Amino acid sequence: MSTVVLLTLTGLGLGALYFLVASGLSLIFGLMDVLNFAHGALMSIGAYATWWAASGHLPGAGSGGVGFALAVLFGTAVGTAAAVLLELAVIRPLYTRPREQILATVGVGLAVPALLSAIWGADARPFPGPEALSGTFGLLGAEVPLNRLVLIAAAAVVLTALHLFLGRTRHGLVVRAGVEDRAMVTALGIDVRKAFTLVFAIGGAAAALGGAIGGLYFGSVDPAQGTSLLIFAFVVVVMGGMGSLTGAALASVAVGLVQQFANYYTTAGLGDLAVVVLLAALLLVRPRGLTGRLA
Amino acid sequence: MTTATPPRDQPRTAYHPHAARAGQMRRAARWWPALLLVVLFIAPYSALPLPGLLDGPIGSPGNLQLLALCLVFGGLATGYDLLLGRTGLLSFGHALYFAAGTYVTNTVMLEAGLPFAASALLGLLCGVVLSALLGAVSLRVSGIGFSMVTLAFAQAGSILVQRDPGGLTGGEEGRAAPADKLPASLVGIEHTANLYWLALAYLVVVVCAVQWAVRSPTGRVWEGIKENERRVEVLGLRPYGFKLAAFVLAGGLAALGGIVYLLLTGGATPQTTTSDFTLSLLVMVVLGGSGTRWGPLLGGILYTWADHRLGDLADSGAVAGLPAVVRVPLSQPLFLLGALFVAVIYLLPGGVVRLPTRLRAARAARATRATTDHVVTDHVTTDHVVTDHKEVPRP
Repeated sequence: MSTVVLLTLTGLGLGALYFLVASGLSLIFGLMDVLNFAHGALMSIGAYATWWAASGHLPGAGSGGVGFALAVLFGTAVGTAAAVLLELAVIRPLYTRPREQILATVGVGLAVPALLSAIWGADARPFPGPEALSGTFGLLGAEVPLNRLVLIAAAAVVLTALHLFLGRTRHGLVVRAGVEDRAMVTALGIDVRKAFTLVFAIGGAAAALGGAIGGLYFGSVDPAQGTSLLIFAFVVVVMGGMGSLTGAALASVAVGLVQQFANYYTTAGLGDLAVVVLLAALLLVRPRGLTGRLA
Repeated sequence: MTTATPPRDQPRTAYHPHAARAGQMRRAARWWPALLLVVLFIAPYSALPLPGLLDGPIGSPGNLQLLALCLVFGGLATGYDLLLGRTGLLSFGHALYFAAGTYVTNTVMLEAGLPFAASALLGLLCGVVLSALLGAVSLRVSGIGFSMVTLAFAQAGSILVQRDPGGLTGGEEGRAAPADKLPASLVGIEHTANLYWLALAYLVVVVCAVQWAVRSPTGRVWEGIKENERRVEVLGLRPYGFKLAAFVLAGGLAALGGIVYLLLTGGATPQTTTSDFTLSLLVMVVLGGSGTRWGPLLGGILYTWADHRLGDLADSGAVAGLPAVVRVPLSQPLFLLGALFVAVIYLLPGGVVRLPTRLRAARAARATRATTDHVVTDHVTTDHVVTDHKEVPRP
């Protein structure tokens, strides 16, 4: 029983991490038809900025308590800025060439991790976290690390905030309308390009937050972390139905749980394969993903 | 599969003695690939140094190895372009079929003890079957969904190889090929020239296969699918089968490349299974010019050469003396290649192979604009002259 509880919470924590990356990917794809291969790089930027700040380079930030919160905030802000810069400098000049937009993000996705490993080395760096979050807590006889809860809470907050933003604000309305039919929104005289930048900022912020808190989960940061997570985030986006936030949330929970349970009860590594098999099976039954959105 | 009956070549233009000589010249110029092939064929005999491009004479084993790698990747990129540039399919899982060729051949030789030829045949077969199976599943989704599904499959393969099931793949270390099972003429540093010729042969096979396929009736349908898949469907053809044919052909060519790569590097390494490997193929194709006959080939050669030479550049004394801001990014070939790739997308749409055409077009446009401006200023009313003068290029 205790194993099941531990595996469930760990799977949910991993799912939360996937959701933080996949939510931005899904929104960006839904609105702009851009598959952002640089999203893993944004996550790595967030993780490295948090690590840099928490290691004592940023005044006020540190590895404990308020200092760590400040470091996470700093990491998220840097990731958001990087996402906005990416949209303005790389994506915007290529609006008329969709295929090239994807290719340009591939280039950025290759260059950024290389730059990170040039500056801080290719090896993993230990990630400093607050004492309060490094412990465990007892639940139904299981000792569960606290950082799982932090991840789940962060993902829940992001999901709620995104739902409120998309459902209750004018900008959210424009984004939703743009996902439905971009040409129509443009024809009504609304500048969708502002929404593009906004969606990139939101996606970048969520990914950078994922990177910052993911450092706690993994206990270290390394340049390739974001890219390896990105592939599972892609799986989540396809399974959930592209452009659907709820679908992404459901799929990330499913992927996280399947991965953890299969890795534990069969040999290690089979969980990752199980996820891919799940994807293939789902596509054979429902080619448009869980929520039936256009793929 | 070959239900389309495409129009054959347009009827030849009427005979003119004046045009005939130009035609002869053009026909003679069309043989440049054959000439290039001869030059490439005799390269191992050459002791000519290419300062800056290569370290030492062309015929040295180290340089032949690099050239052979360039040729293999030129062939791989040409095969990959069958999907990207000819059919419009953006696959992110091409590394899987390449790695299938490498790993299956190597593992069969090591574990079952079969001779090289039989193992290579099995490796090729495995690549074809794998691409047929996974292609059949991935092609059920179109567009970006297809890209992501191929990526997921390739990632599964990569994980499988790195987890080393039953000690078959050697995990992160990879496994060296058994020298006693390989033909003696393909082992050892003194036989690098043979490997080079093998790589050249692979390249020729790929270029011929791609050309033949693209010119076949199926190839015309691929072109149609690339332009507008819906219209191909309206014409009564099912794109699925045609796309699967392109996928399997490209997968088979990649597996063949994997076998040549195994001989060339003497082992199977997990780096060839990663998504980065597929992305580098993508960079090669776009760098050279997707959808053209020689573009991907050129891109593959340029990328491989740059990847190796930039590594040398990072270690050289000229870079070590630079300030940290410049030196740190320069020490990462992947950063330079990524940045170069983004630059090519912006500045050179259509790739390197379009560069001469673009330069010529730009020069012609400037020339015509200059003459029309001249004519316009002579003949039209005053207010037009003012606006037209703004467009006259300043010397």
